[in-house]
Amino acid sequence: MVKSIVIAGVGGQGTLLASRLIGEAATSKGYDVKVSEVHGMAQRGGSVITYVRYGDEVISPIIPLGEADVLIAFEQLEALRWLKYLKKGGLLISSTQKIDPMPVITSKMEYPDDIVEVLSEKVENCIFIDALSLAVKAGSTKAVNSILIGRMAKDSDIDKDTWIKALKKIAPLKFIDLNIIAFELGYNFS
Amino acid sequence: MKQLLLANEAVARGLYEAGVKVVSSYPGTPSTEITEAVSKYKEIDSEWAPNEKVALEVAATSAIAGARSFCAMKHVGLNVAADPLFTMSYIGVNAGLLIAVADDPGMHSSQNEQDSRHYAKASKIIMLEPSDSQEAKDFTKVAYDISEQFDTPVLLRLSTRVSHSQSLTSFEERQEKPLNSYVKNTQKNVMMPAMARVKHEIIEKRIEEQKEFAYSSNLNKMEIKDKKVGFISSGIAFQYSKEVMPDASYLKLGISYPLSEKLLKEFASQVEKIYVIEELEPIIEETCKAIGINVIGKEILPITGEYSVDLIRNRIFGNEPFNYLSDYDMSKVPLRPPVMCPGCPHRGLFYALKKLKLTVTGDIGCYTLGALDPLSSIDTSICMGSGISSLHGFNKARGNDFMKKCVGVIGDSTFVHSGITGLIDIVYNRGVGTVIVLDNSITGMTGHQNNPMNGLDISGNATTQIDIELLAKSIGVRRVKVIDPFNIKESISVIKEEVETMEPSLIIARRPCALLKTVKYTGKVYVNREKCIKCKACMSIGCLAISFKNNQIEIDESLCNGCGLCINVCKFNALVKKEE
Repeated sequence: MVKSIVIAGVGGQGTLLASRLIGEAATSKGYDVKVSEVHGMAQRGGSVITYVRYGDEVISPIIPLGEADVLIAFEQLEALRWLKYLKKGGLLISSTQKIDPMPVITSKMEYPDDIVEVLSEKVENCIFIDALSLAVKAGSTKAVNSILIGRMAKDSDIDKDTWIKALKKIAPLKFIDLNIIAFELGYNFS
Repeated sequence: MKQLLLANEAVARGLYEAGVKVVSSYPGTPSTEITEAVSKYKEIDSEWAPNEKVALEVAATSAIAGARSFCAMKHVGLNVAADPLFTMSYIGVNAGLLIAVADDPGMHSSQNEQDSRHYAKASKIIMLEPSDSQEAKDFTKVAYDISEQFDTPVLLRLSTRVSHSQSLTSFEERQEKPLNSYVKNTQKNVMMPAMARVKHEIIEKRIEEQKEFAYSSNLNKMEIKDKKVGFISSGIAFQYSKEVMPDASYLKLGISYPLSEKLLKEFASQVEKIYVIEELEPIIEETCKAIGINVIGKEILPITGEYSVDLIRNRIFGNEPFNYLSDYDMSKVPLRPPVMCPGCPHRGLFYALKKLKLTVTGDIGCYTLGALDPLSSIDTSICMGSGISSLHGFNKARGNDFMKKCVGVIGDSTFVHSGITGLIDIVYNRGVGTVIVLDNSITGMTGHQNNPMNGLDISGNATTQIDIELLAKSIGVRRVKVIDPFNIKESISVIKEEVETMEPSLIIARRPCALLKTVKYTGKVYVNREKCIKCKACMSIGCLAISFKNNQIEIDESLCNGCGLCINVCKFNALVKKEE
């Protein structure tokens, strides 16, 4: 068994922390784990994806196209852009947040206005969350990652206690409580 | 218990366990985290050097002086350090010396896609290439034994996907290595023609011995399974190949240079059809073909870009991956290129440069993003330091009058890296021209490293800070001005005045990176709908937080950090800051 999770978002949204959190939870369950991150120029407000794989034996840290069990998207356009990683029957968890990329800000292109409809129609197994509003409810816009991971955790084969322990280990000390509140909000989202 | 580590962190752990004492590096994606992780080990004396050449000379001489030493850089950094590299191959070591170089296939964060294995071959230095974090640690440790056994520096080649992937890694204790004795030895350590001629003969023999070593070393792994198909591969490409065909035969090369021809032939004799899977240059492939081994490589796989499981699968089997959006027109999906962060101090300066319609010679750093829409104000960018020397190139080609429409920009860390020599060239050769140092108090793009301009060392402790104004004056730049790039009016007026003066001029645009913990912007900016005439001037600064939606200017609260630059740009006082 190998579980493959792609996390897509905009540089600065906290995708790195999300992938490290999954990596930590899976490691503590004794799985073989590989996490692939993005550093440098691509982090600066660009489109970023990170990969997490865990299971009996993981070979490539990079997930092949069309083979991800789960795609977690922090932003609508990024859900659309990286859907190519999701396997048939895989689970898409997407925030409904929209962040205009520069070609839209400079009016060179339009932000597609039908993303949620297109994705709902094509993907059998998808969940849309207004993660930004939930994060604000938890106490900070920065907690979007814990909301989305919380939702993913509910359908995962890793128990809730393990997730909370991993969160306590990975989240910055000052923000642990906030992230736990956010994780619970995501976990209980239906 | 094993820990989940980036390969870069695993290299650092390997250095610790190998008893390394000295580390000197210059940051560069994807190599930076090695030295950052090293700086946490108090047993290792680590530093950020001003550039890769200095870093390697420091590490090399620490090795000569008897301490196991290390130096890390990105692929283009090795160009800068190439001078000491080639001669250190002749000199060899006393205690071990390892040089890590991280390539960037796919150019996630680089200006070119050069393959560092060419440097191993050109400098005749043995090169190891790990595929994951455990190997990164193990190879780092064994590299010191190889270095000391063969009296040679060792190169460790990483790549973005190895460096920035985490995998499980086991830890061992540190083995303290007492300093080797240092004995003066001019024949060995002073490279003049007479000594170097002797040494060149020796390194040619060394390479032959290392080919024998490569044949028997367990760093190269041969695994014979299905004899119909075999793969020769290394680094991350090995992992991809293994996932595509787990039951094929494999020759996994942990030593990228020198290649053991005997080993290649032995593998070829047992397998019918052989694929060579190597990212970038066909180095293994050409070696195979030169000794008569028939392999399939670059005729089906590209020299450009990074590889993936899909790519290899597609080129071998013609498979297309499943895609929910196979019939969706992806050309409608706007790209999302990287942009300066909200609050970035560079944004104000590039806005001013765009207003002035100047020709701008650029450099390497976050500010290279000033070349992109909508700021679009950089004309050239070659390499670290070129922001200043390129300005002089325009001056030489197009004369002094052109300098009234031209400036060079360079970051603070980059100025120290290799900008100062360019500035000396301008002054010494009677050039004119205005250089702007974008001083944001940190090495930004690589993720916040201290440098000689901010007066903090690798651990964040205070050290002597470069006084750039005094430095400029001492090399003969008489005009030095300091501006705040968020004060656009002042910036425009100072730049206008300086480009008109027919002598070298230095402007320091000083405002710290918005991501620094010490920078605290508060509040958010809001639009006063009554005052906003929708002129979109605020959108021309290219801030991600500002967009035009539902026929009005919108500011995304989750992105705005309250820096207030947009307020300075609005002529109608329609943007206001509300404190939280």
